[in-house]
Amino acid sequence: MGMAAESQFHVLAVDDSIIDRKLIERLLKTSSYQVTTVDSGSKALKFLGLHEDGATNPNTSSVSPNNHQEVEVNLVITDYCMPGMTGYDLLKKIKESSSLKNIPVVIMSSENVPSRISRCLEEGAEEFFLKPVRLSDLNKLGPHMLKTKFKDHNQKREKQEEKAAFQSPKRQEQEEQHQHQQQLLQQQSNNNKRKDIEEGLSPERTRPRYSGITAAV
Amino acid sequence: MDIANQLQRQFMDYSTSLHREGFVDDQFTQLQKLQDENSPDFVVEVASLFFEDCEKLINNMARALEQQQGVDFKQVDASVHQLKGSSSSIGAMRVKNVCIAFRSFCEAQNREGCLRCLQQVTHEYSLLKNKLQTLFRLEKQILAAGGSIPIVE
Repeated sequence: MGMAAESQFHVLAVDDSIIDRKLIERLLKTSSYQVTTVDSGSKALKFLGLHEDGATNPNTSSVSPNNHQEVEVNLVITDYCMPGMTGYDLLKKIKESSSLKNIPVVIMSSENVPSRISRCLEEGAEEFFLKPVRLSDLNKLGPHMLKTKFKDHNQKREKQEEKAAFQSPKRQEQEEQHQHQQQLLQQQSNNNKRKDIEEGLSPERTRPRYSGITAAV
Repeated sequence: MDIANQLQRQFMDYSTSLHREGFVDDQFTQLQKLQDENSPDFVVEVASLFFEDCEKLINNMARALEQQQGVDFKQVDASVHQLKGSSSSIGAMRVKNVCIAFRSFCEAQNREGCLRCLQQVTHEYSLLKNKLQTLFRLEKQILAAGGSIPIVE
């Protein structure tokens, strides 16, 4: 249970409708994700440690070796139509932020507007779900979150190696040991998670982006 | 005769009629499936939120349509859009369908049409509320009798 924080994915859900927030929270929890819900894009950015003007919260700067945010968020799922900051605006702000751009973002909308869908996907959204969202839609989230864990991990490794070039050998050795331990933990938890997720995945792993759309009948 | 069984039968018949008459659609069934030991009152909670939301939005629409100086149809439409979303999320099919017609009238800036829809949506909402309250009452009775709530598709 000590590895709980590492082995459970944390999703930030953004929706101005209280009913939809309740629904997405239940869907995500049923899928074994940790969930935080907020009712606006600006609250989402605050939670992610980013101020609206793009400045990063000094408390969550990149000095911390593990997280570049206060609380690690593995995926953001947001409604498109929201007053003030739309889901699209939020998506843009996340993708424009050096500290947050690797977080996968999924857009939800009650309206099937092809131009809206392509705009979001072009801006970097991983998936576009039509509301009401189903459990089967959420099965598509796993690969995106896994991918990021590996990417993050590799980026940290690279940073570590850069730093190592400027460090004394002893310090380097200590850091490498720490890194190695982290790798083992990561692999362990990833193996567990991967197994759980694979059971829920459909056979086709790579798919064109537009398959995220289910037509509203 | 087992009371629980009797009640379950009643529940299933009632559920089937709600679906057949279009009060609820498959999304409502999905909500029922999401209810489990971890979230035993999920459906009742969502329904309560929906009813509160409905009342608030219907009031907003009524106020906006009352404006003698000129109706702000964008404002009405915004409320209808929200109601359409919530009703879709909970599976309230008849309410949702009225909202679809309602939006067309908003777009056409047709005050009479909007007022008719407002009346209809208010009617559908109160019908649904009664129906669901009956359904939830049956559920409580089943549980009290020691039975479990069947899922009707």
